[in-house]
Amino acid sequence: MELIVAVLLTVTTAATPLLLAAMGELVVERSGVLNLGVEGMIVVGAVVAFATAQLSGNPYLGALCGALAGCAFSLLFGFLSLTLVTNQVATGLALTILGLGLSGMIGENFVGQPGVQLEPIAIPLLASLPLVGPLIFNQDIIFYLSILSVVGVSWFLFRTRIGLQLRAIGDSHGSAHALGISVIKTRYLAVMFGGVCAGLAGAQLSLVYTPQWVENMSAGRGWIALALVVFASWRPLRVLAGAYLFGAVTIGQLHAQALGFGIPSQFLSALPYLATILVLVLISRNRRLTLMNTPASLAQSFVPDR
Amino acid sequence: MRIELERRPGHSAFFSVVSPFIALGLTIIAGAIMFTALDKNPIDALFSFFIEPLTEVWSLHELAIKAAPLILIAVGLSVCFRSNNWNIGAEGQFILGGVVGSIVPIMFHQWDSWLVLPVMLIMGMAGGAAYAAIPALLKTRFNTNEILSSLMLVYVAQLFLDWIVRGPWRNPEGFNFPESREFDVEAILPELLPASGRADLAIIFAVIATLLTWFMMRYMLRGFEVSVLGQSARAGRFAGFSANKMVFFAFLFSGALAGLAGISEVSGSIEQLQPVISPGYGFTAIIVAFLGRLNPLGIFAAGLILALTYLGGEAAQISIGLPDKIARVFQGLLLFFVLACDTLIHYRVRLKFASHAELAGEGA
Repeated sequence: MELIVAVLLTVTTAATPLLLAAMGELVVERSGVLNLGVEGMIVVGAVVAFATAQLSGNPYLGALCGALAGCAFSLLFGFLSLTLVTNQVATGLALTILGLGLSGMIGENFVGQPGVQLEPIAIPLLASLPLVGPLIFNQDIIFYLSILSVVGVSWFLFRTRIGLQLRAIGDSHGSAHALGISVIKTRYLAVMFGGVCAGLAGAQLSLVYTPQWVENMSAGRGWIALALVVFASWRPLRVLAGAYLFGAVTIGQLHAQALGFGIPSQFLSALPYLATILVLVLISRNRRLTLMNTPASLAQSFVPDR
Repeated sequence: MRIELERRPGHSAFFSVVSPFIALGLTIIAGAIMFTALDKNPIDALFSFFIEPLTEVWSLHELAIKAAPLILIAVGLSVCFRSNNWNIGAEGQFILGGVVGSIVPIMFHQWDSWLVLPVMLIMGMAGGAAYAAIPALLKTRFNTNEILSSLMLVYVAQLFLDWIVRGPWRNPEGFNFPESREFDVEAILPELLPASGRADLAIIFAVIATLLTWFMMRYMLRGFEVSVLGQSARAGRFAGFSANKMVFFAFLFSGALAGLAGISEVSGSIEQLQPVISPGYGFTAIIVAFLGRLNPLGIFAAGLILALTYLGGEAAQISIGLPDKIARVFQGLLLFFVLACDTLIHYRVRLKFASHAELAGEGA
């Protein structure tokens, strides 16, 4: 029993950053913007969170600054792709390249230092429940936020007026503009939300998952998060399912590595990436379904006519 | 204040030429600010970053060594990007080119003949192309997003290289270091001017690839097809061009060039396989392609500039103690400025300073 809980706990820890980053990107893509810079925002969030926590001794301040750093970084993408209508694919790549470089530079003095960990917060009464208690009600704050993001985004997108407007912009920015909805402003806010989520995901990596700074510690999670959004056909609950599925794959391969089985560790390490490809193939095989789910204005620039 | 864009009637020929230079200028200014923030004299730092590597002959050779893979990969990517196929896994194709090309000098090292090198190069190209064929196949058959699949394959390729170098191909006489056997002399790409530096044939391959691609894009039907399908898949269909065939062509073409770059790097400058054979050439080449405005001739110049940032990073680390990561920051900034300046080609950018009264009037 305890072993099962311990294993499942590692799965939640592996799934949380994917969930957060993918949930942020889901909102961004629903507004019709494709931000391929998730990897860069995560890694910048991770290094800023670690450095702040290290210098101040307060991991909560670290997490906050990580989120803010992700947000600030996403604004860079926003300014180029929304205000200057640059190619979104290329701009997102630029964000990732810059993020990996910048984080390496900021983090240089922090390599190898033992980090400050975000401690779990037990929720009174609920935490003492068997199984779900330690799994769900005795976790760190970023885990709670990740679950909150699923609920919040679902409610926001499908139960609020501005959520409806955001989806309208994603499906047809021209019509939304004609209806008097502010396309650019809404997209800016969506991009910033994506930045906050990715920054927090990064903070989780350097404050919870492995409380230390390692260069390129995001290790492709930003890209997996992007794939998760496609996999989830732009629906929040499916993102939740997908993130935990990937968390399980990641942890499964780690345990398989520990057990050996005579399979080279590199092959097992490659599993999450291969699984991503496999899942993408399965989900996008049906052309018509993909077309129906994809926000119709995705990755298209918008210049308002006046 | 707000920024408004106004579409130009046609694209601006002036800014098409000038925008990369504005971007370079802005990057240098941003670099000077960054150096100042790091408590370094910006003039000294910029000098050791961008000028010093150009003052000695041996370091010009190093420039050619770094520029060759960047140019080879970026020229291939330009065809891909122009046809609206987003191959961002060139790093993986580079690695696979290096691995497949190394089969002969590692597994059949007894074979010595002048044929070894040409066979290696061809196998390297085939390896890169085959690896690039995977995302192309997935895109055409299963409608899978090529950005994500090609990128995921980079991680897989890196792990595969790591495994093969530490496992089956580990040098039996190598004191257990994670390296393959060293290549015999007939498997090594000849140096151009051994008296003055290490530059090898790879830069010649880059020149040839640049010229051939430029010729294809400008004078051949295939080049026209690339542009038409890239700008409007619908128009391309009416012209009888096949979008699916173009996906394969673009990926195989860029994969083969990335593979050639990979085996040239392994055979020319590393001379054996190691767990890591690329300092991110496949990703930096994306910047090269955009800085060169997706034009092969422009890419050649851009490749030299980006190679300089690699050398400058190393030089600045040695001479003024800057972290070598700064090269990557420069590269990222450069791509940002390039993309931002390209806006000037199609739009007039206007800054509007509205008073509060005007804003209130607008609202009414």
